[in-house]
Amino acid sequence: MRYLRVIRNTSIAALAALAAPIAALAQDAPTEQPTSPNNQQRSQQSANKPVAPAFAESEGDDASWSMPGKNTALTRYSTLDEINAGNVKDLRPVSTFSLGVNRGQEAAPLVVGDTLYVVAPFPNTLFALDLTKPGNPLKWRYDPAPAMAAQGVACCDVVNRGPIYSDGKVFFNTLDAHTIAVDAETGEEVWRTKMGEIEKGETMTMAPLIAGDKVIVGNSGGEMGVRGWAAALDQSSGEVVWKAYSTGPDAEVLIGEEFEPAYEQYRGKDLGVSSWPTDMWKQGGGTVWGWVSYDPELNLIYYGTSNPGPWNSTMRPGDNLWTAGIFARDADTGQARWFYQFSPHDMSDYDGVNEAILIDIPWEGEQRKVLVHPDRNGYIYVIDRTTGKLLSAEPYHHITSSKGVDLESGRLIYNEEKEPSGDKFVKDVCPAPPGAKDWQPAAFSHKTGHLYIPHNNLCMDMKETAVGYISGTPYVGAEVLMKAGPGGHRGEFSAWNVVAGKELWTIKERFPVWSGAVVTAGDVVFYGTMDGWFKAVDAGSGEELWKFKTSSGIIGQPTTWRGPDGKQYVAILDGVGGWSGAIVAGGLDKRDGTAALGFVNAMKDLPEYTTKGGTLYVFALP
Amino acid sequence: MSSRFPRIVGVVIAAVAGVASAHARELRVCADPNNLPFSAKNGSGFENRIAALLADELDAKLAYTWWAQRRGFLRNTLNAGKCDVVMGYPPNYQLLRSTRPYYRSSYVFVQRAGEEPITSFDDPALKRRKIGVQLVGDDGSNTPPVQILAKHGIVENVRGYMVYGDYRSKAPLSPIIEAVATGDVDVAVVWGPTAGYFAAESEVPLSLTPVLFDPTILTQPMTYDIAVGVRRSDVELADEIDRALRVRRDEVDAILAAFHVPRTDGAARIGGLR
Repeated sequence: MRYLRVIRNTSIAALAALAAPIAALAQDAPTEQPTSPNNQQRSQQSANKPVAPAFAESEGDDASWSMPGKNTALTRYSTLDEINAGNVKDLRPVSTFSLGVNRGQEAAPLVVGDTLYVVAPFPNTLFALDLTKPGNPLKWRYDPAPAMAAQGVACCDVVNRGPIYSDGKVFFNTLDAHTIAVDAETGEEVWRTKMGEIEKGETMTMAPLIAGDKVIVGNSGGEMGVRGWAAALDQSSGEVVWKAYSTGPDAEVLIGEEFEPAYEQYRGKDLGVSSWPTDMWKQGGGTVWGWVSYDPELNLIYYGTSNPGPWNSTMRPGDNLWTAGIFARDADTGQARWFYQFSPHDMSDYDGVNEAILIDIPWEGEQRKVLVHPDRNGYIYVIDRTTGKLLSAEPYHHITSSKGVDLESGRLIYNEEKEPSGDKFVKDVCPAPPGAKDWQPAAFSHKTGHLYIPHNNLCMDMKETAVGYISGTPYVGAEVLMKAGPGGHRGEFSAWNVVAGKELWTIKERFPVWSGAVVTAGDVVFYGTMDGWFKAVDAGSGEELWKFKTSSGIIGQPTTWRGPDGKQYVAILDGVGGWSGAIVAGGLDKRDGTAALGFVNAMKDLPEYTTKGGTLYVFALP
Repeated sequence: MSSRFPRIVGVVIAAVAGVASAHARELRVCADPNNLPFSAKNGSGFENRIAALLADELDAKLAYTWWAQRRGFLRNTLNAGKCDVVMGYPPNYQLLRSTRPYYRSSYVFVQRAGEEPITSFDDPALKRRKIGVQLVGDDGSNTPPVQILAKHGIVENVRGYMVYGDYRSKAPLSPIIEAVATGDVDVAVVWGPTAGYFAAESEVPLSLTPVLFDPTILTQPMTYDIAVGVRRSDVELADEIDRALRVRRDEVDAILAAFHVPRTDGAARIGGLR
């Protein structure tokens, strides 16, 4: 997960020496220049190309955006084309709304009917805005009053990745680990279920997913001794229908007769126990704080598990199942169907929680139902979503921590030279712990058949030890310093050909692109930058078509819908923060490069570009 | 003693000015409300007692800001200006200024009394015993015993206890010691003050053996100095606390002894508790 604690004892001189060349590189880095555009995707439109599954098609339903991923395939695609590559330059803000909390805003604004729903970071207030009136005024607000009795206990940043709407109710999670259903019309609480213990370090930040009549949720806090789980709640009553742990005996992981993984290493009894030293699975992490997708035809849900805990890997030899991988489970029973592990025995905080986008692609002469998953470890995985068999794993980031993925065995081939250990310190480990891409979700165009991926360009050095002290316990920490990857820029926005496993074009950004993306039938892709630009680029060429300067940096998720007046709108939250923006939102000391697991080192100049914020922007054509 | 003079002057000025409080100043301390034996909201931790001693010496009123001592503790407390003093930190911690250390302790092997003492990580018995260790979850590294055991290839028989523990309990740090008492593990490697306090509370007699200096594990020291911390800019306050610690040295030592803190700086003898 995001926000690991590291020790602070670097000499300022050493930091400065390290930082200087990076800063210089960053200044030289070209930004916003798409490279190698081509017209491949145009010519592919008529040919056999990846398509969205039927259940993700939303023709006639583009008045709403009822869940962060737009549909349960998480394609984040809208068929609206009123705003298109030709006229997007005229886009202008039509309303703004302050969420009143200046922390990282990662939520997706939802629209259903005449109402826009948006949830704030802790204390997780849910706002409903009236889209029928000028300026979209406040309709109601619901304050869940999350407990924070023990200040400072919550493990992570206080972000929330958004609510979800279904059948007259809005569902969301609170930082103190409750799942709540609120009446979408009145703002009254319908039910509230306590799902975890904040005083054990367990929090919830993910956006729930609706699968049939169930609400699927999971926990955060993988580094706090928390044992990860996903759970399904009954949509109408809030009762827990099933709960599946990510470590431990099969009975608790919900692995039974239906479990048919594609690879040998996942077959055997109680591997969630035996792939760990004695009892280490009990605090083994594998939390479920990212995205869940759902194929109603197969009735399977898909979600990734976080890095194993503790973060330091020396005391947990073994594959540490079922962490840093992806589960396919029966939505009704929670029983696992298959599992695939991206990073066995993870050593670099490569959570497997990024989105699994469900699409159908032509593959060796036949159409396959697949999921596409851009992982933290630097590869974009294409996996048969029926069987869990890996079709391809191609790098989309400079990678030194591994040498590739063996398609036969499914195993990641680690680079031993870059493995951290207690008495060896390694430099230039790429990707850095936030990965090639963190939680920030990509979009898939049903029209071009391509993926649009916001991501990072970050590497890290592990340095000499320094003393740390928590809960009265001293220890010697490994110092982690993140830095820009090759080229000196820290973020990229790329278009990706899923079948070829190749990048089509990429836009270099100064900072990690920590926002989500949306692509439309108007061939426009929207995303935001941490220095506060909300951008529209051409889905075909990557050419920048429009940008708007928001008051704070952007790490949110854009959405688009057709309003009650028939016009197309686009929305985004600003408010920098999260792990990458901690230096601003958390007010961290930029001299302490190792803060926020060394992320501060790579973000020292962010305060020169942005301050805290938390505002909803809604845009439309004149 | 010269250090008494400022207090007398302070009282006189306060009396003359008609101020109700006898204290001319506040000693503002940030501490964890639930982290025995170090600190507790009811003032029962040894750091609370020593803070009270310092306040008395500085003729200050003791005022607390309570905050769990984990990631972000110094940022949210001392360095956010909510207080001026944190009671226990290793010196040279980058985010604060340290006084001179007031005690030095070590990790210790905790066993049931009467068992053959483990004295080093090379002890072949370690490979056969169930071992409890303190785990740090959210760091690139872990506690020194974890690192050393892993280096010795001792992992299969090791059980981890998170240092944050379950914050709902009255003693989140205690389960690792209770595990030795109940036989869940045979030996635990625990930071001295934690081990000393909970071992003394245990109904099952326990013995502590310090993890001795070992030149082969220089990268993972088992002994640490602990000092009072102030903001980096508070040079004068650090000097005042240094002086107070020196003046009240015997009482500080008595508090540490009463809490059974195993010392490696000579003030208290480490050995069997019962």
